[in-house]
Amino acid sequence: MYQRKDLLGLKELTADEISLILDTAVPMKEIIQRDIKKVPTLRGKSMVTLFYEPSTRTKTSFEMAGKYLSADTSSLTVSASSVVKGESLIDTGRTIEVMGTNVIVIRHQAAGAPHLLAKNVKARVINAGDGMHEHPTQGLLDLFTMREKKGDLGNLTVAILGDIMHSRVARSNIWGLTKFGAKVHVVGPSTLIPKEIKQMGVKVFHSVEEAVKNVDVINVLRVQRERQKKGLIPSLKEYAKVFGLDKKRASLAKPDALIMHPGPMNRGVEIMPDVYECEQSVVDEQVTNGVAVRMAVLYLLMGGKGVYEATN
Amino acid sequence: MKNLVAKATIMDEEKIRRALVRIAHEIVEKNKGTDNLALIGIRRRGVPLAERLARIIKEIEGATLPVGILDITLYRDDLTTLAQQPEVHKTEVNFSVINKTIVLVDDVLYTGRTVRAALDAIIDLGRPKSIQLAILVDRGHRELPIRADYVGKNVPTSKREIIEVRLKEIDGKEEVVILETTE
Amino acid sequence: MYMKQLIKGGRVIDPLNGIDGVKDILIEGKVISQVADQIAVTDQVNVINAEGKIITPGLIDMHVHLREPGLEYKETIYSGTRAAAAGGFTAVASMPNTRPVADNKAVVRFIIEQAARDGAVKVYPIGSITKGSQGEELAEIADLKEAGVVALSDDGNPVVNSEIMRRALEYAQMFNLTVIDHCEDPNLSAEGFMHEGYISTLLGLRGIPAAAEEVMVARDIILAELTESPVHIAHISTVGAVNMVREAKKRGLPVTAEATPHHFTLTDEAVIGYDTATKVSPPLRSEADKEAVLQGLKDGTIDVIATDHAPHAREEKEVEYAYAPNGMVGLETVVPLVVSQLISKGVLSWTDAVVKLSVNPAKILNIPGGTLSVGAAADLTIIDPEKEAVVDPKKFYSLGRNTPFKGWKLRGWPIYTIVNGQIVMKDGKIIE
Repeated sequence: MYQRKDLLGLKELTADEISLILDTAVPMKEIIQRDIKKVPTLRGKSMVTLFYEPSTRTKTSFEMAGKYLSADTSSLTVSASSVVKGESLIDTGRTIEVMGTNVIVIRHQAAGAPHLLAKNVKARVINAGDGMHEHPTQGLLDLFTMREKKGDLGNLTVAILGDIMHSRVARSNIWGLTKFGAKVHVVGPSTLIPKEIKQMGVKVFHSVEEAVKNVDVINVLRVQRERQKKGLIPSLKEYAKVFGLDKKRASLAKPDALIMHPGPMNRGVEIMPDVYECEQSVVDEQVTNGVAVRMAVLYLLMGGKGVYEATN
Repeated sequence: MKNLVAKATIMDEEKIRRALVRIAHEIVEKNKGTDNLALIGIRRRGVPLAERLARIIKEIEGATLPVGILDITLYRDDLTTLAQQPEVHKTEVNFSVINKTIVLVDDVLYTGRTVRAALDAIIDLGRPKSIQLAILVDRGHRELPIRADYVGKNVPTSKREIIEVRLKEIDGKEEVVILETTE
Repeated sequence: MYMKQLIKGGRVIDPLNGIDGVKDILIEGKVISQVADQIAVTDQVNVINAEGKIITPGLIDMHVHLREPGLEYKETIYSGTRAAAAGGFTAVASMPNTRPVADNKAVVRFIIEQAARDGAVKVYPIGSITKGSQGEELAEIADLKEAGVVALSDDGNPVVNSEIMRRALEYAQMFNLTVIDHCEDPNLSAEGFMHEGYISTLLGLRGIPAAAEEVMVARDIILAELTESPVHIAHISTVGAVNMVREAKKRGLPVTAEATPHHFTLTDEAVIGYDTATKVSPPLRSEADKEAVLQGLKDGTIDVIATDHAPHAREEKEVEYAYAPNGMVGLETVVPLVVSQLISKGVLSWTDAVVKLSVNPAKILNIPGGTLSVGAAADLTIIDPEKEAVVDPKKFYSLGRNTPFKGWKLRGWPIYTIVNGQIVMKDGKIIE
């Protein structure tokens, strides 16, 4: 049973809770594949996406998930510039809540913002990515994809390649995978891997070749141009040369290894065209699975007699 | 604290088998054969019942009917009143329902709410020609205008009673019992 | 009011006079007139029964942000000095990062006058090292001294330019003013919100490495040696910084240091949950750093306990962790934290604690106090070492409620604060 009010991160979930979400996502995926992609489950429930960071993918994915389950969805995008002078997060959250919202999906550039919101509203809160902290639904969809393709997560070795330091996707993946006993390799430039990441139970590499050798999955992260300006990498060109995933490097993994990427991709930087177009690439399926996993999360948070109703 | 006390066994293995054989014959008879016919069992105990009906129909008619599995959780009308979200399982209808005659199969017909949900669920998969309902036990107390086309046994019950269908595939034994709740 | 007060039967801790024992203290008017084993009670005397209690020279917090002028919504001299009195302090030194900055005579005079009018305890202003605390040009230090500053600091901002720091140390020496430095290399700490380590990694909050502090501590020690001028390291918080100060002292350099109650009590684990009350500069550090601070307090490397009392308005702290201002209030919780975390656990003796909370601050700032000598101003603090209470920010006299110690049950609270012979606090309540 999923008994939490919110979904803020994978760190605090048990393997059983994660399994329940993944199990629930299986029938949800079947709905997406139907001609009539709609079930009445969340009729009369409402969901608001509150995005402080631009994101077309995650926001659309949540909105589709809500609509497939018949929830009413609205969105509120707040530009970063208005945060400072504008309304506080708590006030914005309360305003959305008193409009009758059951669940708030929040994306924010500041780590912990969803926690602040969750403490101050009765509505359910789903973290759709907070700073460098967590992106739990991305982690869940990655786990779902790996489980669907490879079976028991405990038997897998997964290499996460790229800007580990700034990646909430990496953190959510690491928490999720290690809870099931999977082996996790992280690989990237030493300036983009915090030393202490080892304490999360992963193995650190600075050579892509060594890191991906015989792994079941390579999850490639996006590298941002601003890392160059901050002096963390000399140039995207050098990054591509040393850490970009090309066919030769990818071939060191198991022959049927999955190639994953949370998107959007910097083609030719962290991943080369011949890799993301290859048969092992499951990048498109990740997107579909994202909707299924988010439907599962919405169902589990809103399907039962929620805290919101109980306390009103 | 509520207790459940077994009151009576109303069907044993043989009675269940006979009822299903009769229903299978009725289905074939009513539909004048097996053309365009498909069976869909409602999770959980409707599923083995649908599979058995398909087997019996194959024995008597030689035709293999498609069998689907329907999970109606997402269509329940009581989701907002339940304290816990029920687990969702997969709907597995690997054939098109469009223009088919669907025989929906479940173990017990009671308020009719499960069947209502199942009808919505099937229609979301496509537009069948017609939907019929096959039930092992009809215990009355309908809350919706729904009736079964094929009934294994009609059992008058009080609302305090519970009908439990136990099937080999799921429960390891084969019987239908009436239980009564006592305070 | 009685003209005479007799504090009877308490355990008197007066390190400068080598006293740790049960004594009576007689106060006449504003000064201490007698300290003896037994002083007879006469008619005109108000007797304070101090049996089982600790009597110390008035506590002095040399690192406080009173926020006035300019930031009165956070704290005022009125509220801040009452918080000080409630916390057992008879004097505080106020940091110059007000609006405008205390980099000129007018602001310093305002603070002194306002404190005389509104203050419940003594206020000693600290002037800024550079104009506007911008780290570029020296403030008019002679003027500041004349107006009454007791030390110099750009607290909140480090003096990044080593040349300016060197000249500041040289120049301040002429006026017998200690330079207090907030040691932080802003390039190394850039955009960090908490200590860099495992916790920052898992919380996804950008980290501030210990090195950001240590680089500057190292530089300041080197400059203290070069200039032969005293430098005081504010809120020391890392293993490396403590080790460097220890080594500098061994070499006889004029380096002193202070530690805050939060750095000797908490670690970065307190940040889990994103409570903005835990956001301070320097940040809450690792367990090893906390242990080093405790060791530094124990072996005398760290001279002073100061709170870095930094009140903020509720709406400023009820925001995303990244957007919250640095700082926590400390005046009203430091004494029980010292008793519970240091004295009860054997890190410090009562004498050591009084040295760090009263004797050394007076010495470093070159101000009166730190003693119970006959003829000295009657500034005293009486502490009940057995009193237990739960920290309740709603009851604070400070306008700031930003404390991570909310709900902590602590033992050893101040029960009297006496300033110039006047009882300004009794049992946690301010006497107006």
